[in-house]
Order: sequence, then structure tokens, then C-alpha cells
Amino acid sequence: MRQFLVAALAALFALPASAQEGGIDAAVNEAFASATGWFVNFIFAPIPGTSFAWIVAWLVIGASVFTIYFGFVQFRVVGHSLALVSGKYSDPKDAGEVSHFQALATALSGTVGLGNIAGVAVAVSIGGAGATFWMILAGLLGMASKFTECTLGVKYRNEYPDGTVSGGPMYYITKGFTERGLPGGKILAILFSVFCVLGALGGGNMFQANQAHQQISGVVGDYPGWITGLIFAAIVFIVIVGGIKSIARVTEKVVPFMGVLYVGVALVIILMNLDMVGTAFSQIIDGAFTGNGIVGGAVGALIQGFRRAAFSNEAGVGSAAIAHSAVKTKEPITEGFVSLLEPFIDTVVICTMTALVIIITGQLMTDPATGLYMIGDDGRVVTATGATGVGLTSAAFGSVFSWFPYLLVVAVVLFAFSTMISWSYYGLKAWTYMFGEGKAQELTFKVIFCVFTVIGAAASLGPVIDFSDAMIFAMAVVNIVALYLLMPIVKRELDSYLSRLRSGEIKRFKP
Amino acid sequence: MTATLVVGIDGGGTGNRALAHARKLAKLIGDCEIVVAFVIEWSPFSFHSAEENAIRHKRREEEISAATARIVEPALAMLREAGFAARGVVRHGNVADCLNDIAVEEGADQIVVARSSDGGFAARVFGSVTASLVMTAAVPVTVVG
Repeated sequence: MRQFLVAALAALFALPASAQEGGIDAAVNEAFASATGWFVNFIFAPIPGTSFAWIVAWLVIGASVFTIYFGFVQFRVVGHSLALVSGKYSDPKDAGEVSHFQALATALSGTVGLGNIAGVAVAVSIGGAGATFWMILAGLLGMASKFTECTLGVKYRNEYPDGTVSGGPMYYITKGFTERGLPGGKILAILFSVFCVLGALGGGNMFQANQAHQQISGVVGDYPGWITGLIFAAIVFIVIVGGIKSIARVTEKVVPFMGVLYVGVALVIILMNLDMVGTAFSQIIDGAFTGNGIVGGAVGALIQGFRRAAFSNEAGVGSAAIAHSAVKTKEPITEGFVSLLEPFIDTVVICTMTALVIIITGQLMTDPATGLYMIGDDGRVVTATGATGVGLTSAAFGSVFSWFPYLLVVAVVLFAFSTMISWSYYGLKAWTYMFGEGKAQELTFKVIFCVFTVIGAAASLGPVIDFSDAMIFAMAVVNIVALYLLMPIVKRELDSYLSRLRSGEIKRFKP
Repeated sequence: MTATLVVGIDGGGTGNRALAHARKLAKLIGDCEIVVAFVIEWSPFSFHSAEENAIRHKRREEEISAATARIVEPALAMLREAGFAARGVVRHGNVADCLNDIAVEEGADQIVVARSSDGGFAARVFGSVTASLVMTAAVPVTVVG
């Protein structure tokens, strides 16, 4: 932690000198990459004797265990989840409190964003079309992880005398471990909090600023990233420190509209190329098991699919448990049911849409002679325009609707901003868990958050994406250990609730 | 048997017109209780940030206290001073739905509301509170012009 902060401050203090030597961005990039490289290498280390990153196996196994342990809960309760979101089981006396829909929408605004636009493009440009298959599977399995963590998030939240609520893995780890008589809860909770703060600074902040800059500069022309970083940092600072809620409020309303518009345009492109959908799916399934010539073969596709799905829907990471914990409900399990819709919407629907558009519009270049992907020097699939990340998605949509890249700039900036606001809150909760509630502690974190916005926009995509992934996955390491140990509590809640639902004890308030 | 009137107020002139008409009706009826209802417009399908959600319960309590103290209590005091039996209700939700729910729960004989003068474009497109109340209410509705 300290090392990152030192690197961040060093990078900022180095700005004037480096500017004269010809590259603030380069200086920030170098300082950042050297400070974070060791941790990134550790998180993505392969299982000895294989090329399979242990962290990916960790997530897959976790999601599979929860799926089996809860009897494929994600497929059994979807109807009930939708009824909960639509308010059919909400007590009218609770009007004015946080509804299931609002908790879900808030959590989604933190997850739906660049992971769905840029992350998917990264997945298919490294892992080929086959990565999409593994991404969808990861999304489906991740629904069980999300269900487990969000149930615990509500069950063990802190409700303070003034009516405010704080929840998340740090609370269920400490309280749940104490309840089960397990040792080490406090240490694990602090470890989670450290990673959550770094995840907030990485995936929830730097990656967002980085991709927003890439998108803006793609339209207005190349300019130094730190300028975008400073502008973003200033707006974020105004919102989270200055308390100018109107900006956040407008964003919260515009983002869902942009999300629907994005999915709508993707659907139109897919419908316009309906004859290609069959071919696209056969590429996805073929590529999933053969790799179709990508570096690392089918395993490479699998790693990319799972990696980007986890980054996009954050299932098992623990962040959603913070967002969902404010809901008004007497039954914590109901928020678990609602939260499992999140990976479905985020990954199975939206990420798949992005991937289909990229594949259908022929962005991934194949060798006509062999039918295999053409691989560039960087190990990535050669794309039609040479673009990666947001640029690839933009090119795919732009090849059908020339105006779309402009709309995407607005969408990316808004998604990025909305995700940054959400993650600034997640990071803050972890920070105040460690250092205590108080204005000074909060301000310290918020200032650090804004410093990292500038670094994120100035650094190049590679180190930023690696750091972001590493921190998000580090959260998952701690969180999934806790979920394994606490899942019997969730099972009890699930069995009790479902039996009461079947007996009619749990009533609908609306038909 | 005591008749019950539910009066929708908004803290402004429109609500006062409804209240004045309810007083007239109550005087004519004689044995009558007036339920003064104030609804804080709220939808379970609106969007909030995580921070707003975390303090939502606290805000809700503050909203109810403020509405009770600033809008409902003064109206009740005025009615009681004039010799009417009156009670107050503050709810969150869709105004038309809530007024109807309150009327049903209270076994009310009538809902009294006033038409807002600022109809405008939004009211034409989405329908006004009075229009949707008239269309959906389970009890008779008097709309004061």
C-alpha cells in the first residue's frame, strides 16, 4: 500500500521535471509499472507446470462450489428474483426506503461500464471469439458467488443509531467469523479492506480514467493523458469532497439510459446481420475449445474469458456486497436473489452483445488459407483497424453506424465517471473500516483517489489493466475464503426462506 | 356513523383550496373526520448513488418529520381550532396511488383534492395527479377547481 502511495506521489512530483524532458505520461507510466509489477506477477502466476493462472482457477472453482452447494440457485429462483425487483414482495409501509430495484441499479451502475465495452474487446483481441463462451459461463457461475456475498452483506451490515448503514465483506467477515467461532476474522477483514482500497484506486478509478482518455483522444486528437486525468480528478473531487450531488444525480439518471441505448444499438446491429449470428456462435464455440490459433490455445481463451468476466461483473470480489447492503428488507436472502441478476445482466447479456458485434462486424482478422486468427507481434489477434480496448468496440460499432463512436465517447465518459463514484464509495467504506469514521480520514482517502485518477489517465493501458485486475482479484482471494467459511449460514437462510415461501408464510403484497 | 374525508395537501395554495372545500363538506355532513394526507413523491424505481442509499433511511425519517412539522401539523391545528376532528398521514410514493390507498385503509367516503393550475406539457404527456386519481380511485373523488 505504502509503496503504491509513494509511487503515486513520486509520479506527481516528477511531473514538472519530466515535462521538460519530454513526457509526463512516460514518467508516470514508468514509476507506476515498476511499483506494481511484483504484485501483478504474483497474482497472475501460473499453476506450476501449466500456463493456467492460479487466480483464474480460484475464481472458477469458487463460483462452481457455490453453484453446486446452493443447488444451482441461480437457475431455480430467477422468477422470484424478478418478482422481488418488481416490488411484489415489498411491504408498502417501507415506501421511501431503498428498494430491491434501487439496490440492484446502484450496484449495476458500479459494474456496467468499461468492463462491458473495453474489457470484452481486450478479451476477444487476446483470447479470440472463444473467450466469449468462457465469459458467458463465468457470468452464469458468478451469479452464485454474487448471491452468497450479497446475502451476507445484508445479514451482517452495521445499522447505526442515526439510521445510516454500512455493509460489505469486512463486516460479514468479522461478525460471521465471530458467530461461527472462527479465528482470524479481523485480520482477514483488514486484508480485504487493503485490497478493496487498492481495487478502488485501480479498476474502479485508474482503468476508468485511462479508457476515458483513450476514447476522448481518439475523437479530438492525441493529447497528454494527464490533462484528462486532471479534469476527471477535479470533477470527481467536486462530487465526492465538495458534496455537489447534482452532478452524481444527473449521472445516475443518464447512465441507465446510455446502457439501454448501448444494448439497443448492439441489438440492431445483430438483427441487421442475423445471418451472421450462427457463424459468430460457431466461432465462439469452436474457439472456446480449440483457440483457433490464439496464443495459449483454448486455455488462453478460457483465461481471458474468465478474467474479463470477473473484472466486469465483480462476482466473488465483494464490492457488490457493499452496494447491496443498504436495501430495506427483513430477509437478507432476498437481496441475494436480486443480486444474482447482476452478473446475468452485466456479463451474459451486455458483454455478449459487445462480443457479438465485434465478431459479426469482422474486426478479428483471420488467415483465409487456414481459417485461424492472424496474431500480431504483441500476441494479440490482429484487428481490422489495429485498435484495442475501447477503440476496438468503437470501430466495430462504427463500421455499421458511423455516428456511434461519438455516442460511445459520451457513454464511456459517463460510465467511467459513474463507476468511479461507486468505487470511491466502496474504497471509502474499506478505508473507514481500517482507519475509523471521521472527516479527516474520509478526506485523506478522497484526495488519494483523485491523485490516482491523474495517474490512471497518464499511464499506458498495459500496466493499468494489469494493476486493476490484480487488485480486483486480490479482493476475491480474501472474499472467497470468507464465503467458503460462511456459506453454511447462507444455506440455512436459503432453506428457511424457500420453505416459508412454499408454505405461503412469505406473502406477496401485490398480485 | 362518522363520515371520513381524505384531503390531499401539498403545502401550497392547491392543497389549501382542497382543505377549504373539505371544511365546507365536513360542516354540511356534521359528524365527520378529516384525514389530512401529504404524499412525498417517491418511486422504488428511481436511481441513486451508493452513498445516497446508505443514508436513505435517515433521509426518509427526516423527510417525514419535516413534512409533518411544516405542512401537516399546521393544517391539523387550523382544523382543530375550527372544531373539526382531524388526523394527519405522511407517506412516500406515487401521490394518486397513496391517496387512494389511504382512503381505502381509512374506509373513507370521499377524497378531496384540488386541481393544480400548472398543468403544462408534462401533465399532458404523463397525466396529472388529479386525472389519474379520478381514473383509479376506489372511492368518490371531488376535484376542486
